[in-house]
Amino acid sequence: MDTESTYSGYSYYSGRSRGSHRHGERSRDRHKSRNKDSRSEKSVTINTPPAEPLLGDSAVRGEQVQDDNWGETTTAVTGTSEHSLSQEDIVRITKDLEDSVGLDCRRYFTLTLAVILGLLVFLTPVAFLVLPHILWPEKLQSCGTACEGLFISVAFKLLILLLAVWALFFRSPRAGLPRVFVFRALLAVLVLLFVVSYWLFYGVRILDAQDENYQGIVQYAVSLVDALLFIHYLAIVLLELRQLQPCYSVCVMRSTDGEMRHYNLGQLSIQRAALAILEHYYCDFPVHNPALLSASKSRAAKHLAGLKVYNVDGPGNNAAAGMAHSQSRAMIAAAARRRDTSHNELYYEEAEHERRVRKRKARLVVAVEEAFTHIKRMQEEEQKKAPGDVMDPREAAQAIFPSMARALQKYLRTTKQQHCHSMESIQQHLAFCITNNMTPKAFLESYLSAGPTLQYSRDHWLARQWTLISEVSVTSGLKDGSIFQLKCADFSLVVTTKKIPYIQMSEEYIDPKSHKFVLRLQSETSV
Amino acid sequence: MSNFIPGQPLIAVVLRIEIKKLRQGDNLILGFSIGGGIDQDPGQNPFSDDKTDKGIYVTRITPGGPAEEADLRMGDKIMQVNGYDMTMMTHDQARKRLTKKNEDVVRLLVTRKSLEEAVKHSMGSYPRQ
Repeated sequence: MDTESTYSGYSYYSGRSRGSHRHGERSRDRHKSRNKDSRSEKSVTINTPPAEPLLGDSAVRGEQVQDDNWGETTTAVTGTSEHSLSQEDIVRITKDLEDSVGLDCRRYFTLTLAVILGLLVFLTPVAFLVLPHILWPEKLQSCGTACEGLFISVAFKLLILLLAVWALFFRSPRAGLPRVFVFRALLAVLVLLFVVSYWLFYGVRILDAQDENYQGIVQYAVSLVDALLFIHYLAIVLLELRQLQPCYSVCVMRSTDGEMRHYNLGQLSIQRAALAILEHYYCDFPVHNPALLSASKSRAAKHLAGLKVYNVDGPGNNAAAGMAHSQSRAMIAAAARRRDTSHNELYYEEAEHERRVRKRKARLVVAVEEAFTHIKRMQEEEQKKAPGDVMDPREAAQAIFPSMARALQKYLRTTKQQHCHSMESIQQHLAFCITNNMTPKAFLESYLSAGPTLQYSRDHWLARQWTLISEVSVTSGLKDGSIFQLKCADFSLVVTTKKIPYIQMSEEYIDPKSHKFVLRLQSETSV
Repeated sequence: MSNFIPGQPLIAVVLRIEIKKLRQGDNLILGFSIGGGIDQDPGQNPFSDDKTDKGIYVTRITPGGPAEEADLRMGDKIMQVNGYDMTMMTHDQARKRLTKKNEDVVRLLVTRKSLEEAVKHSMGSYPRQ
């Protein structure tokens, strides 16, 4: 159907004289679209007024005088602009951001607050027990057996609390999140309120009144430690356990090449969900390779470069509001009519590339297999017998590397991976494989297909600075249908959330003796 | 053919057919093939109306054989052979009944769909008496 409209257009065009105006072309459009509107999707009716506007952005529209030379100076979209940043610049900028004082300051501030709170919490029971002895020792009743038993209980509970707090909170922070961690802040406030209220009570009823009943004071201190242990239990449930049960299924898609993965997450805030997703991203997604995207960019540039809209009738009456709209529609219609063979080129180019990759891969596999046959692991007994010409793994790798280096380099060039692997890293990997008795196929696997980002050297982890873009507050929880983006310098990850549906499961019991079978016979005998 | 109700007598219109066995070498043959039986799968029987009918059916007639001469047709259900009932027989038992070496002639009672139609038709044309 497309070709039908295209061919008819061309045949009609060749019939006219070479000096056909734009006006004639437009009337042809209208005529064609009236006849073929129902069948061909590509014909567009252009309802523009006779005076066509200038091509250009809205800033130019205000001009009254048309510069006849401006068409020569504008260019089509190209791949680079004047203000392009090279990869090194981006690295430098991100490093500067990391070393900025602001982030560290916040981290240290939180750390000092936490330390102060911890000290307060641990020293409070001890203070409760010691202060009466210091302030009114003569009035104090002596501590009986039960009371001294409570001392042991306080000591051990404090020890358990110390270990528990160390296990839960004393971990190096994995990341710096944009907003404060709501649950931790709430828990800290709760603990603070709790301890402050205990101090208030202690101050008013015990210190002021100088209570002599020491056993009561000890029991009060024990109750404080018990309550602190329960608050710690609450902290475990809120911080660790609540998000373990999967509740939402998130779909993460990379904007540059459409790689998509799905994960199950529990009830988390958006920033914590983003953190969990990023940790999965580094393990699961194949590394971002900008060299693979250049082909589609060049094709897009070719499409745009092909057409220009000219206004032959002069500037002036451009009062209509849909000027730019009609221009783009004119371009789309013209592009539809143009005989576009770029799909053909793409098909053959891809087939050719496939063939080339397979040929290089075959050569590479053979070269590596041959190289590996030159190396043999020496057994323990042999090591003592022949001490000459014995190599350690690194030297062995260096010895066999030259025979496969050329084939490997050619293969990496063809698959556009040459910037991901340096010679040093390849030799290191080879030494590693030799040490661990790996086959040539195992050695090659990391070069034949793009692995996750973790597999490559550290400078590929350029994007340690991520930006969370969200329409709702990032401390609010994940909801069904929430969408947010994680942007880094080269690409962005778009995350959509779906709720895992409620599953109603029923059971059906099958008696193991109920599996019985008969033969399906149908014989025919002649008599 | 009326539907089979277990425990109830089966009523059917039958045709009496007498076939003389033909001697071929060492064997006495009748010239047709049978299918069906209580040990067979009744669902695969192409000739039966009721797919749960496990009776013995005639599946093939050898052209020019004794069965064809005696006007036995494909699709006939064999109800009796020489007085023995064939409606509740295994396939092998039926074969044995038909191929007894000491019998020269088999007298079959067979039923077919067209018989019932013919009887109904003939009954319908006469007033009931």
